[in-house]
Amino acid sequence: MTTPSPLLRFDGVICRFGAVTAVGTAVGGVSCDIAPGSFVALVGASGSGKSTLLKTVNTLVAPTTGRVLFGGEDVSSLKPARLRRRVGYVFQGIGLFPHFSVAENIAIGPRLTGEKLLPDRIAELLALVELDPALASRMPDELSGGQRQRVGVARALAGEPELLIMDEPFGALDPVTRDALGRKVRELHVTLGLTTVMVTHDMAEALLLADRVLVMDKGQLVADATPRALLAGAGGAVAQRLVSVPRHQAEQLAAMEGSAEREA
Amino acid sequence: MNDIWDILPGLADKLAAHVVLSASAIGLAMLIALPMAVWASRSAVVSRLALSLASLVQTIPALALLALFFPLLLSLRSIFGEGLPTLGFLPALMALTLYALLPILRNAVTAQANLDPGVLEAADGVGMTKWQKLTLVEAPLSAPFIMAGIRTAAVWTIGAATLATTIGQPSLGDPIFAGLQTQNWALVLAGCLASAGLALAADNLLWVIEVGLDKRSRWMTWGGVAVVMLGILAALWAQGSGTGERRIIIASKSFSEQYILAQLIGARLEAAGYAVEYRDGLGSAVVHSAVASSSIDISVDYTGTIWTNYLKRTDNPGREAMYATIRDWERTQNGVTVLGRLGFENAYAFAMRGDRARELGVTSLTDLTAAAPRLTVGGDPEFFERPEWIAVRDAYGLRFARSRNFAPTFMYNALASGEADVISAYTSDGRIAADKLVVLADPEGALPSYDALLMLSPRIGNDKGVRAALEPLLGAISVEAMREANLAVDREDAKKQTPKAAAAALAKKSGL
Repeated sequence: MTTPSPLLRFDGVICRFGAVTAVGTAVGGVSCDIAPGSFVALVGASGSGKSTLLKTVNTLVAPTTGRVLFGGEDVSSLKPARLRRRVGYVFQGIGLFPHFSVAENIAIGPRLTGEKLLPDRIAELLALVELDPALASRMPDELSGGQRQRVGVARALAGEPELLIMDEPFGALDPVTRDALGRKVRELHVTLGLTTVMVTHDMAEALLLADRVLVMDKGQLVADATPRALLAGAGGAVAQRLVSVPRHQAEQLAAMEGSAEREA
Repeated sequence: MNDIWDILPGLADKLAAHVVLSASAIGLAMLIALPMAVWASRSAVVSRLALSLASLVQTIPALALLALFFPLLLSLRSIFGEGLPTLGFLPALMALTLYALLPILRNAVTAQANLDPGVLEAADGVGMTKWQKLTLVEAPLSAPFIMAGIRTAAVWTIGAATLATTIGQPSLGDPIFAGLQTQNWALVLAGCLASAGLALAADNLLWVIEVGLDKRSRWMTWGGVAVVMLGILAALWAQGSGTGERRIIIASKSFSEQYILAQLIGARLEAAGYAVEYRDGLGSAVVHSAVASSSIDISVDYTGTIWTNYLKRTDNPGREAMYATIRDWERTQNGVTVLGRLGFENAYAFAMRGDRARELGVTSLTDLTAAAPRLTVGGDPEFFERPEWIAVRDAYGLRFARSRNFAPTFMYNALASGEADVISAYTSDGRIAADKLVVLADPEGALPSYDALLMLSPRIGNDKGVRAALEPLLGAISVEAMREANLAVDREDAKKQTPKAAAAALAKKSGL
């Protein structure tokens, strides 16, 4: 098996916050490569350092030591506006600009680099995330939560990024919307040929959407495996504890279904 | 009160000056507060420091803040040269700007602190630079709150700008102060109505802009801005349309006699073909320095005032010696021409109600010493700080039960109502005769003389025309004539006159 050269490489990344003695270390030395075209889930409990690690990619956080290479270039050497146009960012807070219309929100990234998006392109992006193109002129506060995050995804895709990074993207959505949008993103990942890194604390979501799962614990990468391997018991204790939750739930549901069938 | 409607149209130039001053102060405060708020939003230390300083300024009474800029600017002349104005627009602008900072700064800082963190993260996430984040996201989202702060600042500033009168800046405070002094309530009300109306109008216009920003209605926002700009431009135009040539500026301190004499001087100069302008209701110290700096051209001052306050003398060499010394000192030290004496004195004297004086058996300050521990003494706001009071107190060993401050106009009412038993009266005051007051003798000669002097600034001191117009006033005004004129202005019955009318009557009586 030949490995293509990585799109993204974490090289000994350490992030410390505040005084060395006070808050301590968020990311304690992470090195790993992410191949183009992969859908990677970064899973861990709250405080495991997964969001901090993700934000080193678009330089919202600068590593204390170590480097992050994007397409072979150190991200700290790239202009933030250029870099962030090539790296689509979706996060739990969504952060639509309340004083911009849906269309203006979607077009903001290209606008910052001096490019104007045509209405057709906006309509196309809205269609990609399964929104009515007529919503383009609406203000964000007229949309539902799910619609807003769809706009958030469309905004991240507007600059035709090579990499999509998502920080708990579906965390604030109801389960039905969450499931639908998750599948939509997976589909876009395939059709647009993206590389995707998604931070989540929900192992079920990671197992269902990603083709590679990284598990973080206390700032360290403790597991790196495919969903199938994890379900087969690989990855070590921390990873297996996370996997056991959805597995147990699935078994319970299956058992309930079985008993319901017998009663019927 | 129909008079108010007659007075209001005459206040147009004061209104214009008021608008220009207030708008400049608010504009300058915005220029300072908004960048400061941006800085404060990036640094907690700056935020705390800026807000504490702005709050501190607010604890200083506006009147004191305005007055403090006079000595400050005077001391800055050593750096910026003699051309630096110490009175009028500049100090008023500076004080009001400081006053307007807090509401703008506080609202701007609070607005920035309350921005949705998700929106700020998104701004970074899409690759905005700090400047783009500020202009595209932070500023538009904070704008309605900042506008609310500007509204508060506008209402405060328009109110406080009435106090600019006291440092020689024309404003809607002019009719208020002049009216309070001469008990012309129509004038006071007209000034209050005009400034309150201006404040309400500004508040409502800015409210329209605020709502426009909040609802993202360009029509409301820019419509509001356009009307505000039109108002300011109209005021500027009204101010600019005055004659380009500098008028002769006549000062008056805040009591009736000064208003009357200013009108008397003004009428003579106008008759001689000069354009004049009045700065009424100024503080005593302000007037003296303003004449020396030619910020003001003509004032009437008193020998005793200059002797103790500016020559810092405590001795009493007698009336003539005092006058000669002051005349030389003013010329050599300040370049001010003392044209001469008007003829009457307005000295400090102690006065009592006739019945009360008889009851206590008091006819002189010596008699007063024994009775003082049971009595209340009333004085004008500066009296108990003045060397005259200290000289009299020490010469006679006066120890009063209480001392109270009253505005000069209200001192006589206090005496009549028994709130004070003795007051520091002025010898030229018409109410001494009108109220049948007893002026206590001063056998020790502790009170200095207070000859009224006509003072000319260095700018016009050698102007032959001005001197010719004013020389007939010298020695022409008797203390009786002055008392009568003062009473005509101070009285509250149907015979009450405006300072202008009283000045005309005084001129006639004095054979001018």
